[in-house]
Amino acid sequence: MGALAVLITLLALPAFAADLPQWPKAKGEACIAANDVMRREHPDMLKHQRDDTLRLGIRGAKASLKACVECHAATSADGHAVPVDAPGQFCQSCHSYVAVKPDCFECHATTPKATVREASR
Amino acid sequence: MINRRHMILASGAMLVAAPATARQAGQPASAAQRWGLLIDTSKCGVECTVCVEACKAEMGLSGHDRPRTDAQYVRKVNVRDPATGAAHSVPVMCQHCAKPPCVDVCPTGASMKRADGIVLVDRHICIGCRYCMMACPYKARSFAHEDQSGQQPHLPRGKGTVEGCTLCVHRIDEGKPPACVEACAARARGAMLFGDLNDPKSEIAQKVAREATTRIRADLGLEPGVRYQGI
Repeated sequence: MGALAVLITLLALPAFAADLPQWPKAKGEACIAANDVMRREHPDMLKHQRDDTLRLGIRGAKASLKACVECHAATSADGHAVPVDAPGQFCQSCHSYVAVKPDCFECHATTPKATVREASR
Repeated sequence: MINRRHMILASGAMLVAAPATARQAGQPASAAQRWGLLIDTSKCGVECTVCVEACKAEMGLSGHDRPRTDAQYVRKVNVRDPATGAAHSVPVMCQHCAKPPCVDVCPTGASMKRADGIVLVDRHICIGCRYCMMACPYKARSFAHEDQSGQQPHLPRGKGTVEGCTLCVHRIDEGKPPACVEACAARARGAMLFGDLNDPKSEIAQKVAREATTRIRADLGLEPGVRYQGI
């Protein structure tokens, strides 16, 4: 009986593994905190930082949505940045796995700053 | 004794060595500063829209080809005195009032004035009621009616929220002048002067102390940070 349970678990494992979110590798060396901390606390970090930055004008905070996007936005084969909220990308892959719809990207840029636009100004 | 010529030379030297320094990371904006603009309309061409275009590019403002409702942070207003025929072209943006009526009427606290006098919208808590748009005598604010795309990382903007000129707060915090001022100096006649009105050593503070300047609708007593010369 026990052997059967182990066998079923082993057979079921690949099915679970296939459903886990996957995302492109980040550009930076390391995140601002450990993965388990980031996974649990990034909404609070960003919510605290947004008020400090916008309302008080404090720049250079450790947590910043702009910095998240700069590091985690993938680059497509033709050299364009892929939006972080596109399916399978960094933000969207986990949020769709846990069925959470963040509002951030209704306003915030989903790709790092386009250098072309800056040059044409 | 400083004569007129030396005074002009000194002011020119100040202009070149604009003491724009970035605020240190972690430091909040301070009431010791009061950012302002001085716009010389005698240098402002009727057809010129360099500041408007620079603003749109800097802020990532893309319209829907509907001039009445598309977002516009700075617009050119052409005025003419019917008695004398004197015509002026005036760039009008958020005047960054010391007593902003948009902040008074906001029911959620989204419309706010930063410590250094920059008036902003906190879109995180803006409910899109547009009271501020009605309260503003300068018609300075716009409303995003539709889903937005192509935002710049430094300027989030989205459907259902009010927006307006931020005096390029993201550039000021880096020690740079607003995009309109930079573009006007580079590609037009340099009609705009940006600086700290509270700093007696700044070019703008010295100029407003020396020369006659006006504020639009000064009778309202809102004490805007944007001043004009020549109207």
